[in-house]
Amino acid sequence: MVTYLLVRLGQALLVLFGIVLMTFLLAFILPADPARMIAGQSATAETVQRIRHELGLDQPLAVQFSRYLGQVARGNLGRSYAQKVDVAALLRSRFPATVELMVAGIVFELLIGLPAGILAAVRRDTWLDRGVMVGAFLGVSAPQFAVGLLLLYLVAFRLSLLPLGGYGSLAHLILPALTLGIAGGGWYARVMRSTMVEVLGQDFVRTARAKGLPPAQVVGRHALKNAVLPIVTMVGLDFGTFMGGVVVVESVFGWPGIGQLAWQAIQIVDIPVILGVVIFSALAIVTGNLLADLTYPWLDPKIRYQ
Amino acid sequence: MERFGKITGEPAGPRETQVTQPMEKQPNPPQPWDRLKRNPVAMAGLLIVGVVVLAAVLAPWAAPYDPVEQFPEGLSSEGRPFGPTARFWLGTDLLGRDLFSRLLYGARVSLLVGVVANGAALAIGTLLGGMAGYFKGWAGSVFMRFTDMMMAFPALLLAIALSAILRPSLWIVALVIALVNWVWIARVVYSQMLALSAREFVEAARAIGVPTGRLLARHLLPHLLPTLLVWGTLGISTTVLFEAALSFLGVGVRPPTPSWGGIINESQSYFLDAPWLVAAPGMAILLTSLAFNLVGDGLRDALDPQMRGR
Amino acid sequence: MRRLLGILLALMLLLPAAGLSQGARGAVVIAFKDDISTLDPAIGYDWQNWSIIKSLFDGLMDYEPGTTTLVPHLAESYTISSDGRTYTFKIRRGVTFANGREVTAADFKYSLERTLNPKTQSPGAGFFGGIRGAKAFQDGKAKEVTGIRVVDPQTLQITLDEPNAAFLHTMAINFSHVVPKEEVEKAGADFGHKPVGTGAFRLKEWVLGQRLVLERNPDYFLKDRPRAAEIVIQVGVEPSVALLRFQRGEVDILGDGIPPARFVQVIKDPKLKGLVVTGEQLHTGYVTINTQVKPFTDVRVRRAINMAIDKTKIVRIINNRATPATQVLPPRMPGYDRAYKGYAYNPAGARRLLAEAGYRNGFSTVLYANNTDPNPRIAQAIQADLRRIGVRVELKTQAQSTVIEAGGTKGKAPLIWSGGMAWIADYPDPNNFYWPILSCAARGPGSWNWAWYCNQRAEQMAKAADAMVRADQAGARAERFQAMYRVVMADAPWIPIFNERRYTMRSARLSGPTAIFVDPIHIPVHYDEVGLK
Repeated sequence: MVTYLLVRLGQALLVLFGIVLMTFLLAFILPADPARMIAGQSATAETVQRIRHELGLDQPLAVQFSRYLGQVARGNLGRSYAQKVDVAALLRSRFPATVELMVAGIVFELLIGLPAGILAAVRRDTWLDRGVMVGAFLGVSAPQFAVGLLLLYLVAFRLSLLPLGGYGSLAHLILPALTLGIAGGGWYARVMRSTMVEVLGQDFVRTARAKGLPPAQVVGRHALKNAVLPIVTMVGLDFGTFMGGVVVVESVFGWPGIGQLAWQAIQIVDIPVILGVVIFSALAIVTGNLLADLTYPWLDPKIRYQ
Repeated sequence: MERFGKITGEPAGPRETQVTQPMEKQPNPPQPWDRLKRNPVAMAGLLIVGVVVLAAVLAPWAAPYDPVEQFPEGLSSEGRPFGPTARFWLGTDLLGRDLFSRLLYGARVSLLVGVVANGAALAIGTLLGGMAGYFKGWAGSVFMRFTDMMMAFPALLLAIALSAILRPSLWIVALVIALVNWVWIARVVYSQMLALSAREFVEAARAIGVPTGRLLARHLLPHLLPTLLVWGTLGISTTVLFEAALSFLGVGVRPPTPSWGGIINESQSYFLDAPWLVAAPGMAILLTSLAFNLVGDGLRDALDPQMRGR
Repeated sequence: MRRLLGILLALMLLLPAAGLSQGARGAVVIAFKDDISTLDPAIGYDWQNWSIIKSLFDGLMDYEPGTTTLVPHLAESYTISSDGRTYTFKIRRGVTFANGREVTAADFKYSLERTLNPKTQSPGAGFFGGIRGAKAFQDGKAKEVTGIRVVDPQTLQITLDEPNAAFLHTMAINFSHVVPKEEVEKAGADFGHKPVGTGAFRLKEWVLGQRLVLERNPDYFLKDRPRAAEIVIQVGVEPSVALLRFQRGEVDILGDGIPPARFVQVIKDPKLKGLVVTGEQLHTGYVTINTQVKPFTDVRVRRAINMAIDKTKIVRIINNRATPATQVLPPRMPGYDRAYKGYAYNPAGARRLLAEAGYRNGFSTVLYANNTDPNPRIAQAIQADLRRIGVRVELKTQAQSTVIEAGGTKGKAPLIWSGGMAWIADYPDPNNFYWPILSCAARGPGSWNWAWYCNQRAEQMAKAADAMVRADQAGARAERFQAMYRVVMADAPWIPIFNERRYTMRSARLSGPTAIFVDPIHIPVHYDEVGLK
């Protein structure tokens, strides 16, 4: 167990190193000059050159990279070029919004996906099953930005039920989270259905049924317990996919999270911020996967680590 | 973002302990097709795919107007677009262009990017995943760590950065998507290859000295084909969505080339005023993506009867 | 499963209920979409922080509210030597920083040298390069700027290398605003987030990504200013959301203006249209024509594409929120030429001119544009117009950083639509539209002279005009610039497209003259002047 953890942690560090290196390379070959962006419109070429020098941007890539690594190792993510604030402080100010959105999104996914999946499995091969599965595919196939905009139009604008985007109360959270949940719910429904079908076919469930337990109890008590495993994996993975994908939903709803921060930073080549976001979300993805893996033995004693 | 890698919808075990379904049957062409034909949902998907392909191919003849023509009468004097009229069937966009014609031509972009990007991703994924799975050992380890890294990299950010660096065109957008998407396919091929290469017939072939290249091409690749076919179809759906998302963020196919995501991007700030400019292309993306999903799902059922009903 | 859901629900309940804390009712509330960046006067250089900094700090000079009229501010008076090179400022007594210390001439010297110091990374250093000894100081060859002399605690003398009629304007821009040395050194790199100045307001609270609150400075040297006790600046509010909050009375001023999508409804709404305020900005949107790239090396080609653009149509695309432009300067700028009509829309004439230049069948070229709405749409309209005279344009809509880089790279970008990037005047003087963006002096790698334009005759005319520093020469100087810009337009290095008008809204409970809501210097409002009824 300990060895396994150490190996996984080592792998995670290796992955993070690779990601920092790749981001650095990408930023380096980006056809834009951060010094120019800081200097603004009226700066002379001389001013720009001086800023470039002060930032160390005139150094070779290897020097810049090792300098950055040293800095990160000391827990310092650097300062934003544009906002002149510690990147860590920026991430801290944006992080709560993204976490709220992710958690609420996952809640919606589960609320939509699990009941639908169970229903389809129990009524397997009926029209209900087929309908639910096509519905699941509809959710999966819908472009998030269009769904978001149309929800805004119908629910917030036409019916005035919820705020028209923005951040603040729980009411602001509903539409963006629902947008995430509609797409994700489809996946959860499918996975839930296939696992349930498998579990329902197993001997102990048949026995329970034969003993005359009511169907609801069979499903609730016995089958569901065994279907949790893949769902946990998916929740773990979701933290990753959401990290990489909230850009779209955040941009539609004006949600002040990490994705919006990254998007703005890319527009103005604010390299420390871009690196900060990438490291941060990679960390979230790696942690999410690791946690999902670590929960297995807790949920299912049959699984052992190799 | 839409989620790559959960495309099969199969429960994934812990990464290293994942076991793939060994395929007991040799591929047998006529049977799967018959099974597919009996699946009404998949056939409906196939029908929609057909319609979209037709729209893309026939766009120059079917479109009432040039998709980039900016009609002075397509905008009000205050610069507002018009909703559906007799002249412009689906209304006009914010530059006074005919939305219907733009949607038809947009099908070309979506399909082209979908097929090309997914084809490239399949090729890269099969090659790298297959090699790593066949040779195992350190090649496998390097492969696993590299794909770990690619998977932990926020996909959309990577795509945005790449499209800023590379010269933007339809082909580049396809390439960018392929570079981001191949990992998931590679992982699947890798695990299948691991399982396959441990099978008896491979051992036997090795023992009698069949050259590696021939073994891979003649004996192993055919076993991968059903998987690749399913992934190739399902992947188009994700790719169509990805292209639309990139265009929506303004880093996809360049204007004035009409792309569905791009139409929504241009209209985004006016969506309260002109919701049809979001609804129509949104519906087109939804239907196309849905259709490929349905067909892919049907194909999986048809090709692998063991999975049927699961 | 139930356990998992329970945990998730518990998590949701623990989330901070942000945004519930609105400002006090005695406060003027402004909403912005983007975060406020630094408030360090030596560094802040975007339209949002520009006017906030002006309310936290002061300079020797300032503008009369709502106008572009330059007046002494922290300076009581000033004199100019007869050669126009030396300025002597008498500094007002009894002005104190927020920490209670009185401002002296030495503080101005420190502040200017801080802006010039490369370590500060000030984007505004270039404005003061004309002060004697500035170059030597920046290169590290001198410990101080010899041209800035503290005569006594109340007298500051600044000597220039060349006479410059716009110099007093540079004493009004933020980069020359006075900062207290001890506070700057104490805060270090965080000064921009813990600003201490002399201004009408002080920073009360700043929650990153949410809001920023300014409170009245009770010791401000102008006795009846500021008029509001508190200003609350909310950030992260989408323009359409801001409008809804405005309608509910929660927001007093739309920081980002009226959202384009709601514009037509708002100006038609009987309840809302009375609250709309309109004003001109010192802005020109233009297409630069790279004079070093074929076939634009031929002035006939440049003139031809000037004639090909239907500017009225482009203005309509942005809901008539601008007026078609004929020339470099915007209408409110001194030196604007009312008589000059520019290149009228004439596609047939344009085609003839192209044929004359040897491009009967047109040619292919590339147009760069910023990728934020509405710029890609405007670029497509330009593309369609040029197509009509046979010029095939490939569009490159990219992040502004990429476009700016392309513009500053020799021979790279044939055409650039400036929207979203340029040009709003730094100060209301006609030379600000020449030196950074059209002059021989600016032309070079990384500059904003994206047309790579240089005409020595225009350069001499601009220099001569800038040497007319006396106040009674202002009219004559404006005429010189008028003539100079005619020379420039004859060379057609730009296609001037439109001058954007500002449309904003102010709530009914705000007091103050209309002019302060469309102040050409303070956007979106002159914070010192706005009050509550």
